[in-house]
Amino acid sequence: MESIKDKVAIVGMGCVKFGENWDKSIDDMMIDAAYEAYEDAGIEPGDIQAAWFGTVWAGETGQIMAAPLKLPYIPVTRVENACATGSEALRGACYAVASGVCDVALALGAEKLKDTGFMGLPQTRPNATWSYRLTTQTPPAVFAMMAIGYFAKYGLSYEQGKRLLAQISVKNHHNGTLNPKAHFQREITLEQAINAPMIAYPLGLFDCCGVSDGAAAAIVTRADMAKSFRSDPVYLKSIQICQGPREGFMNPAYDFAHVEETYRGGIAAYAEAGVKNPREEISIAEVHDCFTITELTIMEDLQFSPRGRVNEDIESGTFTLDGTLPVNTDGGLKCFGHPVGASGLRMMYEVYKQLQGKAGPRQVKNPRLGLTHNQGGEPGAATVSVVIAGNELQRS
Amino acid sequence: MAGVTSYGAYIPLYRLSRAEIARAWGVAGTPGEKAVANYDEDSLTMAVAAARDCIAGIDPKSIEGVYFASTTSPYKEKQSAATIATILGLNREAFTVDFSGSLRCGTNALRAAIDAVNSGSAKSILVCASDVRLGHPAGGNELAFGDGAAALLVGDIGVIAEIEGSYSLYDEIQDVWRSDRDLYVRSGEDRFILAEGYSRVIHEAVTTAFKKFNLTAKDFSKAAFYSPDQRQLGMVALKLGFELKTQVQDILHSEVGNTGSAMALMCLVAALEEAKKEDRILLASYGNGCDVFSLKITDNIAKVRDRRGIKRHLASKLMISGYNRYLRWRELIDIQPSPRPPIELRQPGPAAQWRETQGELRLRGTRCKRCGTPQYPPQRVCLICQAKDEFEYYSFLDKKTSVFSFSHDYLMATVDPPVTVAVIDFEGGGRIMCDMTDRDTGEIKVGMPVEMTFRKLYYVGGIYNYWWKCRPVRC
Repeated sequence: MESIKDKVAIVGMGCVKFGENWDKSIDDMMIDAAYEAYEDAGIEPGDIQAAWFGTVWAGETGQIMAAPLKLPYIPVTRVENACATGSEALRGACYAVASGVCDVALALGAEKLKDTGFMGLPQTRPNATWSYRLTTQTPPAVFAMMAIGYFAKYGLSYEQGKRLLAQISVKNHHNGTLNPKAHFQREITLEQAINAPMIAYPLGLFDCCGVSDGAAAAIVTRADMAKSFRSDPVYLKSIQICQGPREGFMNPAYDFAHVEETYRGGIAAYAEAGVKNPREEISIAEVHDCFTITELTIMEDLQFSPRGRVNEDIESGTFTLDGTLPVNTDGGLKCFGHPVGASGLRMMYEVYKQLQGKAGPRQVKNPRLGLTHNQGGEPGAATVSVVIAGNELQRS
Repeated sequence: MAGVTSYGAYIPLYRLSRAEIARAWGVAGTPGEKAVANYDEDSLTMAVAAARDCIAGIDPKSIEGVYFASTTSPYKEKQSAATIATILGLNREAFTVDFSGSLRCGTNALRAAIDAVNSGSAKSILVCASDVRLGHPAGGNELAFGDGAAALLVGDIGVIAEIEGSYSLYDEIQDVWRSDRDLYVRSGEDRFILAEGYSRVIHEAVTTAFKKFNLTAKDFSKAAFYSPDQRQLGMVALKLGFELKTQVQDILHSEVGNTGSAMALMCLVAALEEAKKEDRILLASYGNGCDVFSLKITDNIAKVRDRRGIKRHLASKLMISGYNRYLRWRELIDIQPSPRPPIELRQPGPAAQWRETQGELRLRGTRCKRCGTPQYPPQRVCLICQAKDEFEYYSFLDKKTSVFSFSHDYLMATVDPPVTVAVIDFEGGGRIMCDMTDRDTGEIKVGMPVEMTFRKLYYVGGIYNYWWKCRPVRC
C-alpha cells in the first residue's frame, strides 16, 4: 500500500471571516474563499482542472459550487462526511492530483447555517428508523455523556472535571482574540465557563461551540510542481479518514471516555507520515473542539497526553500558545466557528499559515509539522479525519 | 368455571396535590392528591404497564385474547389491543378487541372475557382497563380525576377468584359523557346526576344481583365499586347494607383520583391483594348501566402475591412541583414554541416502523450464534465477529440493566425539559441508548439500576410514536 506522503502540496488557501454572516450568502462566501486562494497561489480560475466541494447542508451535487464560481465544465464533486467534510474535500483533490489525472485541483468547503431561522444545527432526517425512537440526540447531549464517562472512569469530581473543561474554553477564547477572522473574539474567565448556563449536563454554554457561517478553500498540485507556484508550499504527509461501525451505542466495552476513531485515525496518520512520537514531532494541532470534552479526549486519543493524564498537560499549559504543543491556535471550533463543511479546510488554513510563518500574533516557533483533526458524528459513532502537513519535502 | 387467574395494575409515579390545583385557581381545595400520567404516558402505555405486571412469569403464548378498555384511547381508528398483543408477544390468532363507550367498558371487557372462557371459545384472556380523562381547568372534574390502569387475566385453570355470578343492566341517561368533539368530560347538573345517575342505577343493579345470586351484603368481605366520589360511595354502600369502614374498598379517591374505566378493576386488584381464601368480593361498575360480579377467592390466591399492583405503585411517588407542570404535560396551554427545528421533520415512516415492529415494540435484538454477543438494534452482521446472518433473536425487555452514562439535555425541544438521555448496559450483554423518564434529575448516577417502560415519545403527523424508555426501578 502506498501513502500520500510528499506527493501533493498546497500552494494557495483562502478563508472568509466566520460568524453570523447575515449579509453574505453561501455564494458570496464561496467566491471570497476561492478567490483568496487563487490569488494566494498566483493562478487564474481557469487553471483549476477539478474541484471537490464539501458541504453538509448547502445542497447536492457539485453544481452548488460550480454555479457561483462559474467553473467551466470541469469535474466537480460534492462530498459529505459530517464534520470531516472539509478534510474529505481536501482528500479528494489530493488523491486526484496524486493519481496523476490532474495537476491542479481545488478543494472548497462551505456552510450557511444561519439561514434556517432556527437555533442550532439544521435538522437532518436520520437514516435509520430506530433513531426516531429517542427524543434527543442533540450533539451536546451525546458529547456530554462522554464528559460523564470520562469523569467516572478517571475518578474526577464534577468540580474537577468542570475546571479542566473550562481551561480549554478559556485557552481557545484567548486564541480567538488574536484572530481577526474568528467568529468570537473575546476573553472569558474560568468562573464564567464553570458557572455558565447548562446546555446538556455537565456541559455549559462555554463548553459548546456555536453555529457559524463560513467557507475555506485550498489549491493543491503535485509536490514536484509546487515550487513553480510559490517558494513556501505546504506538503501533505498524511490524509486519513477513520469511520467506526457505530459501535459505542451497542457495545458495553466502549467507555465513553475516548473516541476510538480518533485514536485509530491518529495511528494511521502517524504511520503514513512517518511520525514516531507525536507529542514531540507535531508542532501545532488544529483539533475538533466542538465541545471542550472533545478537545480533552482528543489530546489522549492523538497520543499527545497519556491516557487518563491529560489533566496534567492542561494544568501545565502544554497546549496553550506558549506551550510545547499549541492546540487550536486560531481559536478552534469554539471561537473561530464551525460551519461544518468548511471546518476541515479552515483548520488546514491555520496550519498552512503557521508552517509559512504567517500566523502573526499566533505564530508558533519553528513549526515543522502541523496536524488537523475533525470528528463528526458522536462519541462511539464518529467520522474522523486526521491530516498531517509539513513545510519540508523529505526525500526518502 | 371462569375466574381471575392473575392481576396487575399501574399508577403513574407523579402526584399533584389538590390543594395545589385549588391554589392556582384561588378556590377552596379538596383533600388528597391525584395521580397524573407523565407527558409520555397515555391509556395505551399505562395498560401495557398493568399488563406486564399481571402476566409476569406467564407464557404469553398461553393467552388467547387481549381486551383493551378505555374511554381515552390514542386512536379512534387503530386498535390498541393489537399493539398490546404485539408488545406482549401473543400468538397472531389471539382475539384482540378494544372496548369503549362508557366507564363501564372495563367490566364490559371482563364480562366478555368470562363468557368467552366459560363458553370454551378461549382458554385465557387478558383484560386491561386504562384511562387518562381530562376535566375542564378550574372545574370539579379536574380536581377529582386521576390516571391509572388495571389488568386481569381471566381463565379457568389456576383460578384465584372464581366468578360465581354476574349481572348487568343498561341505562340510557346523559349524566356524564364526552362527545367526539370534546377534549373534556362533561357532566350534567349536579342535582340530576345525584338523583338519577350513579346511585340510582348501581343500587338497582346490586339489589337485583343480590336476589339473583341469593346473597346479601353480609356475605361479602369486600365491595369493590366504581364511584365518582367518596360521598356517593358512602351513600350507596350504606343503602346496600355494607359497613363502610370494613367492607368497602376505598383507597383511590384521595391518593389517585377517579380513574374512569380503570377504577372498578383497580379497586378489585386492591381487594385481591389483601384477600384470603373463602373471601367473597362484590365488583360493580357504572356507565350507562351497571355490571355486577360476585367473586369467590380460592386457595390459589396465595400464589399471586408478588405483583406491583396497587399497593406498591401507591407507595412509590413523586409530587409534581406545580399545577403549571400538569398543564404543560397535558398540553392544555399553547406555550412558547422552541426555537429549534420543528418536530415534523421527525415524522415516523409507517413502512419502516412496520418492518421494525418486533425490534422496536418488543425490544427484540439479536444474539450472534458464533460469538454469543447480544446486540440492539438487531444486526445481520455481528458487531464483534462480523458473522453474517448467523443470529438468533434475543429479548432485552426483562434483563437487569443499569446506567453507564447519561446527560440532561436542556436544548432539545420537548414537552417538559430537560430530556434525560442514557446509555444503559444489560446483564448478559448488550447496550442501548434511550430516554430516561420518571426521574429526579438530581438523583441520576452512573451505575444506578434502571428498568424499561413503554412510553409515547411524541405525536407528529397524526402518529403516536411509541418506544421504550428507561426509568429508575419503580417499586
